[in-house]
Amino acid sequence: MAENPAPFLLLGAAVILAILARSLVPWMAAYPADWVMPLSHWTGAAMAAFVDVSKPFFRVVSLVLTWPLDLLQQLLTWVPAPVFILLSALIAWQAAGWRSLMLTLFTLLYIWVAGYWTQSMNTLSLVSIAILLAAVIGFGFGVWAYRNFTVRSILDPVLDLMQTIPTFAYLIPILLLFGFGPVVGLIASAVFAAPPMVRNTLLGLQRVPSDIREAGLICGCAPGQQFWWVDVPSAMPQLKLGINQTTMAAFAMIIISAIIGGFNDIGWEVLSNIRRANFGDSILSGLVIALLAMSLDRITLGLAGQSDAAQGGGPQGGAVQAHRLSRRDFLFAAIGAVMLGAICSLLMTRLSITPQGRLMGLSESINAGLAYVTSTYAVFLNGLKASLLYFAILPVKIGLERVVTPFSWGFALTPPVIAAYWTLLAAAALAAARYRSMTAGTAIFVIGCFLYVGTTGMPWLAVVILVTACAYRCGGWPVAIFALVSQVFILLAGQWQQAMISVYLCASAVTLSIVIGVALGIWGAASDGASAVLRQVNDTLQTIPQFVFLIPVLMFFGVGDFTGLLAIILYAVVPAIRYTEHGLRQVPAAQIEAATAMGCTRSQILWQVKLPNAFPEILLGINQTILFAMGMLVIASLVGTDGLGQQIYIGLGKNDPGMGVIAGLSLALIGMIADRILRAAAANRKTALGIV
Amino acid sequence: MIKLACRNLWKVYGRRPGVYFDTAGYRIDPPALARRLRDERHIPAAADVSFEVEEGEIFIIMGLSGSGKSTVIRCLSRLIDATAGEILLDGQDLLAASPKELIQIRRHRIGMVFQNFGLLPHLTVRENVAFPLKTQGVALAKRHARADEMIRLVGLDGREDAYPRQLSGGQQQRVGIARSLAVQPELWFLDEPFSALDPLIRRQLQDEFLRLQRQLRKTVVFVTHDVLEAVRLAHRIAIMKDGFIVQVGTPQEIVLNPADDYVAQFVADVPIARVQYAADILEPLPSPGDHPNARPVVAASANLEQVMESLGNDFSAATVADTDGRPVGIVTLNRILQILGRRGGTPSGRGQLPGGHMKVVS
Repeated sequence: MAENPAPFLLLGAAVILAILARSLVPWMAAYPADWVMPLSHWTGAAMAAFVDVSKPFFRVVSLVLTWPLDLLQQLLTWVPAPVFILLSALIAWQAAGWRSLMLTLFTLLYIWVAGYWTQSMNTLSLVSIAILLAAVIGFGFGVWAYRNFTVRSILDPVLDLMQTIPTFAYLIPILLLFGFGPVVGLIASAVFAAPPMVRNTLLGLQRVPSDIREAGLICGCAPGQQFWWVDVPSAMPQLKLGINQTTMAAFAMIIISAIIGGFNDIGWEVLSNIRRANFGDSILSGLVIALLAMSLDRITLGLAGQSDAAQGGGPQGGAVQAHRLSRRDFLFAAIGAVMLGAICSLLMTRLSITPQGRLMGLSESINAGLAYVTSTYAVFLNGLKASLLYFAILPVKIGLERVVTPFSWGFALTPPVIAAYWTLLAAAALAAARYRSMTAGTAIFVIGCFLYVGTTGMPWLAVVILVTACAYRCGGWPVAIFALVSQVFILLAGQWQQAMISVYLCASAVTLSIVIGVALGIWGAASDGASAVLRQVNDTLQTIPQFVFLIPVLMFFGVGDFTGLLAIILYAVVPAIRYTEHGLRQVPAAQIEAATAMGCTRSQILWQVKLPNAFPEILLGINQTILFAMGMLVIASLVGTDGLGQQIYIGLGKNDPGMGVIAGLSLALIGMIADRILRAAAANRKTALGIV
Repeated sequence: MIKLACRNLWKVYGRRPGVYFDTAGYRIDPPALARRLRDERHIPAAADVSFEVEEGEIFIIMGLSGSGKSTVIRCLSRLIDATAGEILLDGQDLLAASPKELIQIRRHRIGMVFQNFGLLPHLTVRENVAFPLKTQGVALAKRHARADEMIRLVGLDGREDAYPRQLSGGQQQRVGIARSLAVQPELWFLDEPFSALDPLIRRQLQDEFLRLQRQLRKTVVFVTHDVLEAVRLAHRIAIMKDGFIVQVGTPQEIVLNPADDYVAQFVADVPIARVQYAADILEPLPSPGDHPNARPVVAASANLEQVMESLGNDFSAATVADTDGRPVGIVTLNRILQILGRRGGTPSGRGQLPGGHMKVVS
């Protein structure tokens, strides 16, 4: 490997210089406040001007949307619970079979018994209308993008940005335009839930096989016939998958939007319970959301799977289809369910049986139990928290130079210790550079520097240089320029310090997620049993709205970075597991056979054949993990973490739209830098390995 | 009678393909134009393609992938628009048809079969076959009755309510064939219809195709990359290379008299016995006192493979009968072996074959 060491040495030298210079040159240590441009102020002013002009229009939209929402709410709260439960169970069964029926039945009975019926019906009506709106808008844009190349090329980066910008940042302009109230929640959900539908519509239409398309034309389809009779039905499985994703997105957003537009719905219930620190009730109401989300996921996936089965899907699809009722039979069954439900409800009124309130004592018992657990295992819980805090989290945040004290680590950071640290680091870096590659050596050295001064202590100039260099190394000039410009934007916006706190939190969460996720992924790839278990866990973790993760973590560990970190990991570990397992499982059998024939042991096969091959896929998983972590960051800021997430939240609270939007954009930019670099790296590895 | 004619057809992909065909000058030197197009980063997928298809004829376009054969059949049905040239259906220029007229032509006069079947996954077999009638607005009962008739014709009765995914590849293509015939089209286009199938099923469907064609007498344009399939099915074959047609002729002409080395290599796999017929190597009946029926009797149109089959191990000659069953001559094993032996030698000797066969006829 005849790599020119000069650029790498230069990079290392620049970082060291910056670290040494920070105490001498004040502008090196912290980005000077004079150099900040009042971007958030300008943004705020621009938005205010726009709102002034367009407000009447948006207010009319909001008024128009209020009608169907009210109507549906009244309808759903009027329908007696037994009728609704039986009908939903029937639909669930028709869509996805017995397990879905049991889940739906359990969910609704639980809601009824736990006394969240009205709130849940309000939420459901909101979600339904949001989904409908998002599906229609998404389908429209998807078709438009499919037909028009210009629209497609504009829409693609916009969708990218929409999926990277934290959900909270959406709320701010929507709040301004539409005012407070349930309709804002509705619109925010619809806006957030539309992109998956756009993407799936576009993808579905693009993937219609050319033979089918041409067959339609030859059969003499007029343009309208071709679209509705050939293209759309052929794209249907993908469209239904889009509906599923849209449903889940709308659901996740409903809870977040309760923060601004809370009314008597389940999101509001959870939020106020958390705020009152009533954990028993927050668990019970959080469970409602989790169960509802899982039921809806099952049902919509079942619908998608069903059409899959009808169009050449797997054997599982066929099994689903076996029990289906014909349209007429289903109608009869539905009428039967309604009548049965009505009779039940009449009987219950007559006999004055009310299921509500049976779980009254449960909330208190949970609280008591929790208090018992936290006090009994206080030593363990606090020990866990403290050790992670001092040995992992804080070094990343503020650096070894400030964490290592006799109190926490048992020894002080005396000059000999410092010298030893740097010597060891230099030796490790040199060894890596000598035996692996210059890149590996540099990476070790840089990580060592970061650990020493901390993410927040690293001079901004050094960070900019490092990130840009890394971007150049992985993706060439386009990525490097994008990274540089984005960082300059964050600097000019005055968000650097906050951004670095976010980066530290994200980096720690992502690192831990990767370690845990890759380990679990390897386990899952090695054993089918483990894989099945992991799939269940992953599905559940991914279905439950992010918000709900906060509840259990908060219960045990109180507010603070550590809680935020755990909540992020719970959510962000999923893609790391999934991609690792998938990457390992798709290593060609021929390669493994060849390795076995050469006499490799199992661990040699894993480390020297499978992992290098799966590496690009794992990189993509890491990319997803980072994006997931970014999304969760804002929600975690509710439990007292600092950083950009907190800025957005403050912007929302103080009604300072400029600040919220700029902070949101900064977070999105960080996510996109990581995304571009990792995707380029993965593509490089794939090309090198010849997997394309 | 000429049903379909294709004249000087060009399909060029690239940035500005139209400018090369502004004037009729493009007809002067097609190979030079194709070279210039390639130099200027355009791709002539079909170049100066001309042929005529007789009513009731099976015309096969053959070539390797990328030779332009699929492009040509798609231009014929205007699934893609040709850059220049004429396509005449009963003398009417298809390229000049308006979108509305085109839809009418497709609805009533053209049927097409696709390599990957192109069945609509959400429709049953019956609904798929009835689909072209549905686009015309034929009433449900009527179009389903017609569809059932077509399904019987291709031997799929009993599977009317199945979905495409529940059928095997061969069965799916039978549905494709039934659908293409549902509107009783005059033109029947088949784009590599059997290429996605196993060899055994392919053979079955080729027989099925011949049976249907004998019954229906459509004007057929058939695209394939399989030489043996082409020789087996075609009345005439056009061989394409790099967008140009390099030779058009009957299977016998193409195999025995290839226009250039490319065609020669292409047809090298075809057993000579399959394109030489008993009539080609006829020898006079031995003497008046001969008993023609003491030998196996073969038709004059039988190819040498079939003749050898009937000779078996016991005979060294067969009597050739005309369509009325009257003996007109004999074919001898010696003569057959002589013919077959010539091909087996040096490839360069192949061109001399026709001379030998002329001699026999005289």
